[in-house]
Amino acid sequence: MAGEPLAMALHLSLALQRPLLLEGPAGVGKTEIAKAMSEVLATRLIRLQCYEGLDSSHAIYEWNYQRQLLAIRADGASEDELFGEKYLLRRPLLEAISQETSPVLLIDEIDRADEEFEAFLLEVLSDFQITIPETGTVRAKSRPVVILTANGTRDLSDALRRRCLYSYIDYPGHSEELEILKSRAPGLEARLAAQIIGVVQSLRREDLEKKPGIAEMLDWAAALSGLGINDLGNDRSVVQATLVCLLKTSADSAAVPVEVMDRLIGRAA
Amino acid sequence: MKATRFPSRAKGVADRITGFTGHLRMNGLPVGPSETADSLAALSHINAVSPGEVRLALKTLLAPNMDIWNRFDDLFDSYWYNAGSKRQGKANEHVRVQSARPVLWQNHFENVSRGGENSDQSAPDSGEGDSEGMDGRLIATKTESLAKRDLRELTDEETLKEAEAAAYRLARSIRDCHSRRRKRSNNGLQLDLRRINRASLARGGEPIDLFRREHPDRQMRIVAISDVSGSMNVYSRVFLAFVKGLVCSDRSTEAFLFHTRLMRVTPAMRDGDSLRWAGRLSLMADGFGGGTDIGTALTTFSEQYGKALTGRTMLLILSDGYCSGTPQRLAKALSRIRKKARKIVWLNPLLGWKGYAPVAAAIQAALPYLDAHLSASTIDALGALEAEFSNI
Repeated sequence: MAGEPLAMALHLSLALQRPLLLEGPAGVGKTEIAKAMSEVLATRLIRLQCYEGLDSSHAIYEWNYQRQLLAIRADGASEDELFGEKYLLRRPLLEAISQETSPVLLIDEIDRADEEFEAFLLEVLSDFQITIPETGTVRAKSRPVVILTANGTRDLSDALRRRCLYSYIDYPGHSEELEILKSRAPGLEARLAAQIIGVVQSLRREDLEKKPGIAEMLDWAAALSGLGINDLGNDRSVVQATLVCLLKTSADSAAVPVEVMDRLIGRAA
Repeated sequence: MKATRFPSRAKGVADRITGFTGHLRMNGLPVGPSETADSLAALSHINAVSPGEVRLALKTLLAPNMDIWNRFDDLFDSYWYNAGSKRQGKANEHVRVQSARPVLWQNHFENVSRGGENSDQSAPDSGEGDSEGMDGRLIATKTESLAKRDLRELTDEETLKEAEAAAYRLARSIRDCHSRRRKRSNNGLQLDLRRINRASLARGGEPIDLFRREHPDRQMRIVAISDVSGSMNVYSRVFLAFVKGLVCSDRSTEAFLFHTRLMRVTPAMRDGDSLRWAGRLSLMADGFGGGTDIGTALTTFSEQYGKALTGRTMLLILSDGYCSGTPQRLAKALSRIRKKARKIVWLNPLLGWKGYAPVAAAIQAALPYLDAHLSASTIDALGALEAEFSNI
């Protein structure tokens, strides 16, 4: 399920074979898009989760040093053998460009990685090739579909942005989110579903530290249906207790006391 | 909306797309010839006669970040639908012919020129650069000369942004400290030979396990206490922006404001939404612009938030030193803080003035406890702090 801008972005990134950079608040399903893509295209999803301090040996490739050493000891392996396929540990990026059919490569939360790593990525994303000093340059057998996601932890470099298509994803509107809930939880009563969406949408307009995302909304819906609640107005104390699914900091749960919830539910009904 | 009628020489899609990228470039987007080629390639993959699809495709392709993403529709309309010339208030009667040179969409500079007017009001003598027209250069020449003017005269958006940026740089340079010794780490650059040797004994002399080491980070923490009393009123907006820059640079920085009372404003400052943080701040700051009692404020600070001070903390005090409390109390508070914090630095907006000497009783009492007493009267001075701090 995708809005029109996102559909266009995905279409273009497939047509032009360019990486796609997705930005947006946490919990709008950026990562989910890559998973859906790999399902639709029926290919592998290769995921690279970025974090501070991520370096090329964890993202691109590494020599299996221990194995090389054993080979020297045991068989007296020559240098040519040592720097061969057998001793190369493929990390996600190298893995992605050496597939026969083009996989979906998800580079998640790229803004968490260091700036040096971003520079590394440029070579991979523009030419789809990786240089290994000992063996030479590996060219992509098939171009992977690359999806990058960012949360705005820090600003990305212009060079990276220029190489990517860009799409900004915001929280879905009322009807879209209702569709998402219906497709994920088909058994849910229509009235309860409408109430859930109404409350979550108005919660996002409140002054909260962490706004509930789509995943939180689905969790909450699952919790409510698991507890056998079919109207938010009835079991107020239970409903209040299930808010742990939506509000993830103490300040936020303090900001939504029973009275506020009453108001939100009243508006949603 | 009426579509733009292009001159007959601008035939074909290629010419018009080139014109469009030129138009975007003039409005500050980082696009060049390769983007033009990409746009044309993109158009061949979509239904190029549907305006909606073309708009989305070009937006996806050419917008590099969220700001431009949100602004793109206006830029698109101004080129393809003549909205730019409509907003100029010209040529409403007949369809305006698009000239070969891309028209700069005037509305884009609306808030900039408003900022310019503001600074004109606060500084009536700034007549320079008026004849340079609306091409962005005007703004550049202004900031050049503004940098040397006293902060009191500056309250426009750009100065605030600059103060924030200066603080951000400063905070980073203060924070980035490395220890000289090396410690074990998982992905350090250097091999730890001693440890490798020792571990190899267990493997019959083969260095199987590799250990690495590097200089560990020893980050300094910044605590900023800013004076927002009456005498500092004229500086407070710039200083607030400065403090905001400090706070936003990392997660450990703490910010406080004081007049007669002290309050912690770190969460409000960290709020990404600038309108909301201003709102939250003004709610907290009843008594903004009243009297000052630095001594009491600092005593409260060391009692309530003393835990924020560690051996790796730098305390920044932004104040002019005019104080209604007793100097002894200030001295006592500072001596207590001195024992806990690594450095105490006083930023004084008056210090840049000709003929100013720190003779006020409060400053006199405080001076023995300070590691540095620096000027913060101009944007330049704020920017130059980075160099000063490396000497402390």
